[in-house]
Amino acid sequence: MVDNEVKSILFAGVGGQGILRASDIICEAIMEAGLDVKKSEVHGMAQRGGCVTSHIRYGKKVYSPLAESGSIQTLVSFEKMEALRYLKSLRKDAAIIVNTEEIYPPAVNMGDAPYPDDVIAFLKEHYGKVIHFNAAELAQKAGNIKTANVVLLGAISNLMTIDQSIWQSVIKKSFPEKLVKMNLAAFQMGIAA
Amino acid sequence: MKVLMSGNEAIARGAYEEGVRFAAAYPGTPSTEILEEFCKYDGVYAEWSPNEKVAVEVTIGAALAGEKALAVMKHVGVNVAADPIFTVSYTGTNGALVIVSADDPSLHSSQNEQDNRNYARFAKIPMLEPADAQEAKEYIKLAFEISEKFDTPVFLRTTTRVSHSKAVVTLTEPKKYDDKTGFTYNADKYVMVPINARTQRVEVEKRQQALKIFVETFPENKMEINNPDVGIITAGMPYNYAKEVFPDYSYLKLGMVYPLPEKLIHDFTSKVKIVYVIEELDPFLEEQIKAMGIKVIGKEIFPYNNEFDPGIIKNAIEKKTQGAVSPYKETLSPRPPNLCPGCPHRGLFYALSKSKAYVHGDIGCYTLSYMKPLEGLHSCICMGASIGMAHGMSKALKEKGKGKVVGVIGDSTFLHSGITPLLNMAYNNSDALIIILDNSTTAMTGMQEHPGTGFTLMGKEAKKVDLKVLVSALGIQHIKVIDPLDLKATRSAIKEELAKHGPSVIIAQRPCVLFKRANIKPKPALKVDPDKCEGCKSCLGLNCPPISWKKGVTKKGSKRKGISFIDETLCNGCGLCQQVCKFGAIS
Repeated sequence: MVDNEVKSILFAGVGGQGILRASDIICEAIMEAGLDVKKSEVHGMAQRGGCVTSHIRYGKKVYSPLAESGSIQTLVSFEKMEALRYLKSLRKDAAIIVNTEEIYPPAVNMGDAPYPDDVIAFLKEHYGKVIHFNAAELAQKAGNIKTANVVLLGAISNLMTIDQSIWQSVIKKSFPEKLVKMNLAAFQMGIAA
Repeated sequence: MKVLMSGNEAIARGAYEEGVRFAAAYPGTPSTEILEEFCKYDGVYAEWSPNEKVAVEVTIGAALAGEKALAVMKHVGVNVAADPIFTVSYTGTNGALVIVSADDPSLHSSQNEQDNRNYARFAKIPMLEPADAQEAKEYIKLAFEISEKFDTPVFLRTTTRVSHSKAVVTLTEPKKYDDKTGFTYNADKYVMVPINARTQRVEVEKRQQALKIFVETFPENKMEINNPDVGIITAGMPYNYAKEVFPDYSYLKLGMVYPLPEKLIHDFTSKVKIVYVIEELDPFLEEQIKAMGIKVIGKEIFPYNNEFDPGIIKNAIEKKTQGAVSPYKETLSPRPPNLCPGCPHRGLFYALSKSKAYVHGDIGCYTLSYMKPLEGLHSCICMGASIGMAHGMSKALKEKGKGKVVGVIGDSTFLHSGITPLLNMAYNNSDALIIILDNSTTAMTGMQEHPGTGFTLMGKEAKKVDLKVLVSALGIQHIKVIDPLDLKATRSAIKEELAKHGPSVIIAQRPCVLFKRANIKPKPALKVDPDKCEGCKSCLGLNCPPISWKKGVTKKGSKRKGISFIDETLCNGCGLCQQVCKFGAIS
């Protein structure tokens, strides 16, 4: 990392997908790794099916918890079409991790609007690094669909330089004991995805 | 020790480190977590009061008894509490009193975006504004120190981005609690009849003068002289945004936004060539600095509404109109927040929409029902307004409004500020129907206790108000209790009560589906029988998240273009769609 370069990650998805928990875990891991970190999200109505985003910014010294539009290096989209909603925030050379699970917005449910097709092809056409997989299916294999957020953390950990031992210890601290094994398995699924 | 904390968690921690053991609040985004965190510390007393005015009065009482007391609310809560706040500014606080106002630029979860810095000037109360979680923890301590030193209430203002952002915070050893409680008798100071208030009014001005001297050397008003070409005067979160994009400019970061350090500002502006004042919402600093005869650039280039971010500041100063662009040009379907699957409000509003009544709404999850297709309410102003507005409309419309005016209000909101307007309805006798949506909790802000839940913030069992008895005691004669997930009974109750003379109240009782203590066991998910579904879309009128409609699935010999589906991972089997389906296709 360049001396005082601040890196920005954007988590985006739908209320109820565990985005806030995942962003807490990644921030704890960054802090354990000895860097300054800030994150910002808006919650309140998040449980009610609305869009949820979380900005994560880290480096030697971080001022703003929000990234400047067009400056984000990594997008982790917890739902497929949500990736398209935030492209304005990304740098042209951004890496994108996409959970290919589809959650229909109300207008699509009503049959009034189509779900966008070829999301992945579009992303690949415009961005150099697009990693895509169905995190919900992998989470199911790890033991529970709710661990999809940790699967995605596994995937982004491949793009960061934080020791595996730090991730492991932060995940252990973040869940009740009976859920730790399953979440560690989910994390490994994400690394391998 | 370093920990990751939100601004709200840091305020709770800072208060505890300062030796504060007394706090009161009414929940409201983005302030709610402050008391939820504070109440976990050893030896504290913290309560949810029924509304912000009560919370402030409770803390004034505690301060008068010698405590350091903390009152917490969202920006619009300060409107509710304004009455005691303006006069405690006259009496002073004896112990210490800090009022946290959590403002919401961009209206993430609010009905307006008022800038509560204006309250500081209006009520002549000093105000601190932290820029991140670490500062939030330190500033709450400073706020208590200033309160004690100057015998004044002090505001701590946050914004959503400070309250809800997390940052690395260094913890310090908490001070030991210093019990200074006892009785203080001083009627001249604490009885605000005109003769005493006139004297205290003068004391307020003396205090203002003393504070103006104090702020000149207040260490949290920080000057950073770098590049002398450009100077930026700012406070709170916008400081971080500006530092991000213009790290080399000179800064005057104000930790105290009222009163202003006039000498320091003159000193700073004399050291730089151009001065920008960067502040979200109102030109609060800008107008005061301009009144000091200093030329600054402010709202002519920066927005007066919505929160800022680094890009907004950069584009404004560099005069760029075009920000970053997305390569994706199609329109994406929005994801508006919606009532949860199984939400009891859905049944009530579905039934109510069939009554064709004019519905005055209130503040809570149920406000979301205004959207298509439910279109459940037609107005919403502020906490408790639905009842007074329904009464007023009913009175104004006279015969025209008979059987057509309804007010809906949640249980927590009713107890917050719905009781007096309902008393008024009984007293001045109008024909409106009020529906109390009793889901046993304060759902919108995340399941906080209130006087109707039977528990306190500290988790103790408490006296539980009986809404039916309360409504009856106010003088309402027609009262009906229903289950809003029983559509037939809900519809007929609405019809009957709308037809009656005089005010009626329906209490729609069913706990929020997310409410853990209600221990709601989800019923098995429902399924659509594709052989029976006619594709009529009636069930879609409920706007329930698991229900979708897909084209192209046709039954032999039917004219239908598609059929409904239920996502079994989301459905909790509440049965509303089953009651709506005319073809018995859902089971």
